[in-house]
Amino acid sequence: MSRQKIEEESGLIEHGLETRDCSIGEILRQRGVSRRDFLKFCSAVTAAMALPASFAPQVAQALDEVKRPTLVWLEMQSCSGDTEALLRSANPTVAEIILDILSVDYHETIMAAAGHQAEEALDKTIADHKGNYICVIEGSISMKDGGVYGSTGGKSHLDRARQVCGGALATIAVGTCASYGGIAAAVPNPTGAVGVMEAVPGATVINLPGCPVNADNLTATIVHYLVFGKIPALDSHGRPLFAYGKRIHDNCERRPHFDAGQYVEHWGDDGHRKGFCLYKMGCKGPATFHNCPTQRYNEKTSWPIGAGHPCAGCSEPAFWDTMGPMYKRLPNVPGFGIEATADKIGVGLVAGAAAAFAVHGALNALRKDKEPSDETKEG
Amino acid sequence: MSESCKFKRYVWELPVRWCHWINVVSIITLAVTGLLIGKPYSFGSSASDFTMGWIRFVHFSVAYLFTVSLVSRVLWSLIGNEYAGWRAFFPFLTSKGREKMIKMLRYYMLVDKEVPETIGHNPLATTAYTALFAIYVLMILTGFSLYALHAPQGLMHKSLGFMYAMFSNQGMRLTHHFSMYLIFGFIVNHIYSAWLMDIKEHGSEISSMFSGYKFTVHNEKE
Repeated sequence: MSRQKIEEESGLIEHGLETRDCSIGEILRQRGVSRRDFLKFCSAVTAAMALPASFAPQVAQALDEVKRPTLVWLEMQSCSGDTEALLRSANPTVAEIILDILSVDYHETIMAAAGHQAEEALDKTIADHKGNYICVIEGSISMKDGGVYGSTGGKSHLDRARQVCGGALATIAVGTCASYGGIAAAVPNPTGAVGVMEAVPGATVINLPGCPVNADNLTATIVHYLVFGKIPALDSHGRPLFAYGKRIHDNCERRPHFDAGQYVEHWGDDGHRKGFCLYKMGCKGPATFHNCPTQRYNEKTSWPIGAGHPCAGCSEPAFWDTMGPMYKRLPNVPGFGIEATADKIGVGLVAGAAAAFAVHGALNALRKDKEPSDETKEG
Repeated sequence: MSESCKFKRYVWELPVRWCHWINVVSIITLAVTGLLIGKPYSFGSSASDFTMGWIRFVHFSVAYLFTVSLVSRVLWSLIGNEYAGWRAFFPFLTSKGREKMIKMLRYYMLVDKEVPETIGHNPLATTAYTALFAIYVLMILTGFSLYALHAPQGLMHKSLGFMYAMFSNQGMRLTHHFSMYLIFGFIVNHIYSAWLMDIKEHGSEISSMFSGYKFTVHNEKE
């Protein structure tokens, strides 16, 4: 690229929105990202999309040519854990791609603008790019009492979601709260919290549940859109199949110990130190669909089961209410008090039946009954 | 002691007896393997073992066997003789059936001293079997729904979609686990009643489940 062109583009960057005319590849070169790092990123993201390695050159080519999309990031009822996960993504190239290269025109947590200025930026962005921007939503949306329990800039979260998601090309719900309501939606759900799909039924929503979202899956979802021009294939819960199409249990690094019959029995026991299966400690891997075992967290450093903790099932709908108890295989039987397990009630039931029939049998043994005769015969 | 000479009558046809004993073997196997899956014992001495793998393989294979047995029995209830027919399982639908049920109940409650003769199924028993059948269906549906999680988007997973809508995953596990105890409770009742009737009726109640023949007060051809 000529020196003159670079200067032109540098000038454009300062003019804000117009820089969208540059391709992602060009911007990366300007930022000093080497071709080698770029191709490494393309390979990694191809793997995250569960595509064969032969697709990596196609991904690179597409990213070289494609114009960067506009992205707005809205915070609803959230702990900002997903933003945190994104900002902490250790690979500078990945972070660069998401934060700088994707034109994040509005992100409440990290943008410099504040107050009316920020609100104007949002209004301008969604008006200028109607139908062409990507909206990322973090946190659940309060629906109760007209959505009064959550607002930003004097506008309820529900109204903002309707306004912004309605005009978006697609909405990516990051984290379990934005996807299904998460912890805020747990019983008794005082704010009437729901996920984006439920709050804005007409919007095109991609759910990326997890607590927090895996930033690599977010990158892969956006890259999938940039490369193929469409949103990835989703499962029945609106989650991309490339990231949520397989069960944790079936890709778990501890699976051989499960099949062998080697289990952690107590925290810190010999099996725990040896990395045995956490099934008996209440692991929800057999019921959770996520690519944690392969994608892992924090630059593929580790993940819960890798670190010796059972899976909590955080990426499943209503996980807080329905995936518990966290450290037991089975929930207690509702309505029977705190320690009433199915086994205790079941054994009691069978013992009770046996005792009742034993008494019945004893009483019958003492009686002299008449066997069926011509009077009591059937037929 | 019986004063009268009884007549031999063919009651339980071969498919009925086969289904009964396949169910017995299946339930015992499924319960043992199921308990070990729900609360596994650390059998493995090396990561190369496959103990839990085999236990699960047996559980899933026998689950298929049990399902086939159950479906066959339902089909036989449309084909087989009057004792095997589906009508016998809903005695409470006819006034005659209800009358027999009340008689049977009075005998069980130690009110009457005369055992009412039953050639085929005892109407109280078939009512219990209908409830049991519902538990079986629940067991099969929850079991295969949990099993199908290994192949998401597959045929079984998709066709059981209504189950995932009705149950949470943990709710499904709890239902599958607890229903086993309901079946155990039934078994206690079932074995006791068969034993009691064998003693009281002198109709060869227990051996009829092997041979198919019962002994009745009057001749079939009468």
